[in-house]
Amino acid sequence: MSGQRGQDVHADNVFMSFAVTSDSHTLDAYRARGGYEALGKALRTLRPEDVEAEVTASGLRGRGGANFPVGSKWSFVNKQSPVVYLCCNADEGEPGTFKDRWILEHIPHQLVEGILLAAFALNVRHAFVYIRGEFDLPLRRLRAALEEARAAGLVGDGILGSGFACDIVVHRGGGAYVCGEESSLINSLEGKKGYPRNKPPFPAVKGFYGAPTVVNNVETLANVPWIVARGGAAYAALGNKANPGHRLFGISGHVNRPGLYELPTGYPMKKLIFEDAGGILGGKPLKAVIPGGSSTPVLTAGEIETLTLDAPSLQQAGSMLGSGGLIVIAEGTCMVRLLQVLTRFYRHESCGQCTPCREGTAWMDDILARVVDGRGEAADVASLRAIPEGILGNTLCALGDAAAMPVLSFVKKFGNEFEYFAANRRSLNGDRLEA
Amino acid sequence: MKDGPGDADAGALREQFDRLRTGYPSQMSASLVLPLLQIVQEQKGHVTPADAHVVADYAGVPRAQAIEALSWYTMLHRQPVGRHVVKVCRNIACALRGSDRLLAHVEKTLGVAPGGTTADGRVTFLAVECLASCGTAPVMQVDETYHEQLDEATVDRVLGELP
Repeated sequence: MSGQRGQDVHADNVFMSFAVTSDSHTLDAYRARGGYEALGKALRTLRPEDVEAEVTASGLRGRGGANFPVGSKWSFVNKQSPVVYLCCNADEGEPGTFKDRWILEHIPHQLVEGILLAAFALNVRHAFVYIRGEFDLPLRRLRAALEEARAAGLVGDGILGSGFACDIVVHRGGGAYVCGEESSLINSLEGKKGYPRNKPPFPAVKGFYGAPTVVNNVETLANVPWIVARGGAAYAALGNKANPGHRLFGISGHVNRPGLYELPTGYPMKKLIFEDAGGILGGKPLKAVIPGGSSTPVLTAGEIETLTLDAPSLQQAGSMLGSGGLIVIAEGTCMVRLLQVLTRFYRHESCGQCTPCREGTAWMDDILARVVDGRGEAADVASLRAIPEGILGNTLCALGDAAAMPVLSFVKKFGNEFEYFAANRRSLNGDRLEA
Repeated sequence: MKDGPGDADAGALREQFDRLRTGYPSQMSASLVLPLLQIVQEQKGHVTPADAHVVADYAGVPRAQAIEALSWYTMLHRQPVGRHVVKVCRNIACALRGSDRLLAHVEKTLGVAPGGTTADGRVTFLAVECLASCGTAPVMQVDETYHEQLDEATVDRVLGELP
């Protein structure tokens, strides 16, 4: 099971609203706590545009990392088109992120209900869940939930006795990080390699098999039943006014209680790290935080003092809330070696379509591998500052930026460690990665 | 590796292929390419170019498209692998919680480096990127199953229990 800690369960929570038991993921358990009532309400009393209006009013933004307003994304779709597709992005792969897996394992029916409500709003007959190929229990739980839902008349034709029909197809990925990018996901779903597409046209206009397509993240869609049940205004009142709602924040690295925490946006970052997650291993001082998945710019301990967990706060600090996965780093960690863990990853995951990303990720990793191996040269640090600048903004998809931002921010904020390692051919921090 | 058509036992796989097809809208047979390749791998352990041809013909796409998918998706094995595949995560959250130590321990225990297969064909050992289990790092995946919050003793027990 993924790392849910013993945090208080609140009935008003969007996700962690119940005690996890051996059968709390089943249809019976979900219905016993009010599950599928939002779908019933929508099919009985709402028009598709009413559902969209509630989602727009909720202020919900995409939880995959891009933070794009969901209502806007939905509004771009021509619902009169003969075919509209919905793809649920369950290709969770951003290092530091493990929330969608929890949803799939523990509240698969809430995701299914969210997909059905989105499908109703968007006039979708066939929805797809593109799920990470490595996922095992999440896949089995999702498939079991869909079987239960079909048998109960919640998926398929004439849902809950209405005229609304929707099928949900589960499609497993093949182990490519870039397929979490929406146009890459669509290409992969069409049986091709997962190269990102040039935009425009955006998927909302021309997506899966050329039809208007909405791609939404698992956590994004799992919010929708709550929003439809209680109203967009109630959701907009949760957390930070400019970036409202609840999120499943994942915290990993050098903390005493890593795991997932459902919190309202606007929650103090230090409170999550030092109270909820129990502070730093061994009582060490905090050195740095990567706030929203491995792609987001690293922040020093000094920079997080007053930060809150919402997009505007992180943006002001020069980083991003991303996927809500905080990676916490203790004093004494070698930032040079740690960065090479990331450059190795992005080099491996660059799809190779755009030259700046394909070549740049390899150059950055070659240089860092050399430095870490004690063969660094003085010019290496200058190269590590220059190369990511040549990638930023020069690629089709966000993977280029994702690879560039960690390098830029690590070298900018911990430059002395890089200079030292390159000049002295050894780590200023004894090569340490563990606390 | 055989490379003639029919390397995959299309007859034996056909039933599984047909079952998969019923799950997709009929006009979307190109979407079957990756799941068909996955079925072949589940059945045979790895996928050859000849298997990809069978898949392409079944899905009604150019053979090059299935070959492209086979060579692009890292979870598809193009060479035979051991009876078990052990994937140890080496990405950032696991690195901060000791994956270097675990990788070295697994390498010593199995006697092969990442990417290798034990001489008896029992285990293929891979170092992999983020498995989305950062809150319970360090983690490894043995065949389908995740093993979390690992230490050396747990690794020894899990590897020791593999048939």
